[in-house]
Amino acid sequence: MNLREAFRVAGQALVANRLRSALTTLGVLIGVMSVVLLVAIGQGARQEITGAIEGLGSNLLFVLPGDGDFGAGPSRSRFTLDDIEAVERELRGPGRQVAASTVGGEPIQAEGVRLNATVLAVSAGYPEVLDREIARGLAFSESDVTTSRRVAVLGASTAEDLFDTQDPVGRTVTISGVQFRVVGVLSRIGGGGTPFGPDQDRTVLIPASTGQRLFGTDRVDSIFVRATSTATIEQERSTVERVLAQRIGEDEFSVISQDEIIGVVGDILQILTIVLGAIAGISLLVGGVGVSNIMLVSVSERTREIGLRKALGARTRDITLQFLLEAMALTVLGGVVGLALGIGGAQLVAALAPVPAAVTWWSIALALGVSVGVGLVFGVLPARRAGRLDPVEALRHD
Amino acid sequence: MTPAAEPPPILLEAAAVERIYRIGRDVEVHALRGVTFSVDHGDYVAIVGSSGSGKSTLLNLLGALDRPTSGHVRYDGRDVRELTDTELAELRNTRIGFVFQSFHLLPRMTALDNVALPLVYREGSPRERRRRATAALRSVGLEDRMGHRPTELSGGQQQRVAIARALVTEPALILADEPTGNLDTTTGEDIMALLESIQAERGTALVVITHEPEIAQRATRTIELRDGSIVGEAT
Repeated sequence: MNLREAFRVAGQALVANRLRSALTTLGVLIGVMSVVLLVAIGQGARQEITGAIEGLGSNLLFVLPGDGDFGAGPSRSRFTLDDIEAVERELRGPGRQVAASTVGGEPIQAEGVRLNATVLAVSAGYPEVLDREIARGLAFSESDVTTSRRVAVLGASTAEDLFDTQDPVGRTVTISGVQFRVVGVLSRIGGGGTPFGPDQDRTVLIPASTGQRLFGTDRVDSIFVRATSTATIEQERSTVERVLAQRIGEDEFSVISQDEIIGVVGDILQILTIVLGAIAGISLLVGGVGVSNIMLVSVSERTREIGLRKALGARTRDITLQFLLEAMALTVLGGVVGLALGIGGAQLVAALAPVPAAVTWWSIALALGVSVGVGLVFGVLPARRAGRLDPVEALRHD
Repeated sequence: MTPAAEPPPILLEAAAVERIYRIGRDVEVHALRGVTFSVDHGDYVAIVGSSGSGKSTLLNLLGALDRPTSGHVRYDGRDVRELTDTELAELRNTRIGFVFQSFHLLPRMTALDNVALPLVYREGSPRERRRRATAALRSVGLEDRMGHRPTELSGGQQQRVAIARALVTEPALILADEPTGNLDTTTGEDIMALLESIQAERGTALVVITHEPEIAQRATRTIELRDGSIVGEAT
């Protein structure tokens, strides 16, 4: 029996049992759809989060306390403002290249509104190095930092929550009981928080020296270095490492590039995506078991037909092929329709939910490949059983 | 392939054929106990016997659906026991046409597709299959029923479709198992006449298995089975 004939026979059998074929296909359909949809959501989240990290600015190096082992406890920072200056001097690039921040979670209040915001005690170069634009007013000057002036620049959300629609510039906010004059407001950048930092719009910037006094420390939590260009990033990185190693010791800090962070976060989210896909894959497996089951029923119902075909000259492999194709037709049909619904569902999610969804070619290939594979694997058992039926027994069957 | 040109006249040979079924662990049923006879090309043989005589077992062996426990069944001198399953399938497809008591037509298919079914398992284009199936249906007088499904046909018409299916491969032997068992007497007569005309006109050997003496009498040779052995042979 040639393939064309086998396809025709398989098609006839499936059409003859429309409802049963449709329900069996549904199992595979749901499996393929959930694989495509969940992988799309995972990929969307990955793109969104790595995009948010990229939004911190390009060519950035992060200098963090400790030797940078993941899983190690938080290390006490040994950076001081003098270290920042030393690095800045050594880099000799055009414009500001180094900024520092110290994080505090002090309650902040103004006009009777009280809220918790991330207070960042930063050096004067912070907005420039991290690409933060000032929407209103001014950033602080070098002298604000050296003289520990009590001035603040508010993140967009912080300003809105405290002052609603009024202009906050020139007004007063109270942080830990100390009054600060608002000199500027940052532009909104959106994107929310990332695993590597707070929501950038929900911050308050104060001069580093003022902040150190407020938090009772002479240290700086982290240092940001903007490389002059992509080409010089490695060279500038080793300069930073050399200067800091001399000043505070090699094991006291680590330098991570933005690409490395994106790499690590991307890897984590990739694993998450694969796990989501695997869970959805289980439903595809269950769909496959359904196909196997219904094919066994079909073989047993059509025992006489199989016996007759054998009497008329069908070989074992003709019968096996016929039933295998039938199983595969069920799963491939489910695969194609499930794929279409999965892509449609992903677009619906992207349109309606804050989480974007990105359909990837590999999830499509995987879903289709797996549905063909499921048809093969789960079709083989019933098909072989059909092929091996003894024609004498099969003809007598009723 | 004209019968006169066939050098070996013997088409089918059964020699000391035994068939033992094992039921359970130690119960054995001797369905056939040493059966020997032969069928020549163009022969018309009836095999008679009551139920339990071993008729069905013999049918399965002659139809190359089963292999004997001992002894030999030879087609054109080839021993069925030495053929693989695939070779047996080819033998059934090319040399034997089956006609069953219960017709065994596939209900989803039209008469034409049912007749063409054996041709699906050999080389040939769909157009060629269609042409041959149409010719076979015409020769049993059902050219106007080609598009009908079995449920839309009378018992006699269904058996004619089945005979057309047996003919379409131009077999050397038509093996009919109680072909009139599900039909009334008049229709049964017509079916027997049709089978006999095929045997006479095409030189196809015809073996009819029956329990009805009236049907058996029509054959040129009768083999009577009882308890798995041949008890009588009449010409």
